[in-house]
Amino acid sequence: MVSLSHYLILAAILFAISIIGIFLNRKNLIVLLMAIELMLLAVNINFVAFSHYLNDLSGQLFVFFILVVAAAESGIGLAILVVLFRNLSSIDVEDLDSLKG
Amino acid sequence: MLNNFVIPDLYPAAPEIFLLLMAFLVLFVDLIFGATHRWIAAMLTLITLFGCAAITLVTWDGQTTLTFSNMFVDDALSDFLKLMTYFAVIMMLVYSRQYMADRGLDKGEFYVLVMFATLGMMIMISASSLVTMYLGLELMSLSLYGLVAIDRESSRATEAAMKYFVLGALGSGLLLYGMSMIYGATGSLSINGVAQALHQGQAERSVLVFGLVFLVGGVAFKLGLVPFHMWIPDVYHGAPTPITMFVGSAPKIAAFAMALRLLVYGLFGLVEDWQPMLLVMAMLSIGLGNLAAIAQTNIKRMLAYSAISHMGYMVLGLMAGVVGGRVEAFTAINAYSSAMYYTIAYVMMTMGAFGTVLLLSRAGYEAENLEDFKGLNKRSPWFAGMMLIMMFSMAGIPFFIGFFAKFAVLLAAIKAGYTMVAVIAVMFSLVGAFYYLRVVKLMYFDSPVDSAPITAGLDLRVLLSLNGLAVAAFGLFPDQLALICYTTLARSLSG
Repeated sequence: MVSLSHYLILAAILFAISIIGIFLNRKNLIVLLMAIELMLLAVNINFVAFSHYLNDLSGQLFVFFILVVAAAESGIGLAILVVLFRNLSSIDVEDLDSLKG
Repeated sequence: MLNNFVIPDLYPAAPEIFLLLMAFLVLFVDLIFGATHRWIAAMLTLITLFGCAAITLVTWDGQTTLTFSNMFVDDALSDFLKLMTYFAVIMMLVYSRQYMADRGLDKGEFYVLVMFATLGMMIMISASSLVTMYLGLELMSLSLYGLVAIDRESSRATEAAMKYFVLGALGSGLLLYGMSMIYGATGSLSINGVAQALHQGQAERSVLVFGLVFLVGGVAFKLGLVPFHMWIPDVYHGAPTPITMFVGSAPKIAAFAMALRLLVYGLFGLVEDWQPMLLVMAMLSIGLGNLAAIAQTNIKRMLAYSAISHMGYMVLGLMAGVVGGRVEAFTAINAYSSAMYYTIAYVMMTMGAFGTVLLLSRAGYEAENLEDFKGLNKRSPWFAGMMLIMMFSMAGIPFFIGFFAKFAVLLAAIKAGYTMVAVIAVMFSLVGAFYYLRVVKLMYFDSPVDSAPITAGLDLRVLLSLNGLAVAAFGLFPDQLALICYTTLARSLSG
């Protein structure tokens, strides 16, 4: 039997992986965008699990909003990435170092 | 199911609906006339914002009205904060007109993105459910990411946009994870529902506190508190100056409203848990912000660190509402209204400071280093005086608005029993006075490096003068604004 806590632990693990992905990733910006998506999906698992457990639909409703916002967010993220690539000819995280002080 | 559908009461959301329709209109008009008549989009945006202000004023009845299945609230607080937001955006548009025109950035998308960002802020201010709060926040943030990258040729601006995007998305993710935990523990997405569930005390406390940590982290990200401040210096530095001015002003009002709605209206039952978190972040922000600002040579970066420290002072007021676990209506409202007063004062000062940077910039030249302020008094005594007012006010020197804002916040902290905290905060504000006064020293006692005449347009000059005089006038007569803050908050909190 899969209980609520199993879902919560799965979501927590995915969330942790995405945070680690954001902070440890030093190579590619696309991996960063993937980590951000993973983070939102981890939250979605949480909401759906709680919604089922509480017998309350509003949690699943929130998930639809999060999915739509996540799509818009990756749209903006990729657009910024394209502009960045045109300027720097690179999408390495290490090359984002002109702003310092 | 369909039979149960009731058309929601649209009247409380009239300003938002008006702004949304006008944003579509600007998008459409710009498509047709954008290439030849750029001023149409600018004029329409200004008219829209004044129209929103008029609608908000006309529909202001001081009552708390919920609509859209209790997801949207229209109360005295939301009306007042929205008015402040409109004025901040209008000022930003007037300040930025020439700068954006000189650099060919006054395209239609600039105005449309500004309008959508404003709409997001209004939704955040009026949110009474976690869903609307998140949607408003994302609408604002996504538009701001686009605005930071609006100068597509500048590698600095696009780099700042990328950093803002990644860290902003991380902040939203933290906030969402916290929201999901709070939903799980209370079974409600509405802010009132969460407050009720906490009041009845059946919610699982460990889950709630776990969610609260993430929620406070997300709010701190948006306010720019240490240790979630990493994006602020880079975004302030890299973005075009008018966009920096925008990111640094109106969104702070929205972030303040978000903190107030989530923590005070929703999670007040957990006040003993979030109070120490806010206290630690406030002290770290005040300390790091003031110390790091000393080392800066770029004024935009210096103002970024100053923003971090100012948000620290603001949060000091936000956490001083409850004294030793006991809640007294008067002290609590007093503390929250001091934080609100601080936010509004900060927005006024920061607009003036960035306005001066815009005044000294001209086509092909960015006056963003501290050296560019050298000898400003010889070039223009009047505007050197305006910058002097802003710097004195930010440093908290009497009798400018910044002094009374700091005074109110520190008084609230002392009343809540945090005397040592207030003493340390004053010490760091002395450290902060060093770098504000350094700008004054550069303006009055050094000889000019850049001797070109100031070419800024009349609109910018008039607005900057009004802004400086307002900072001085509100410093001489601080009671009115403080009273408005207090009464709107008291009205809104009493439902």
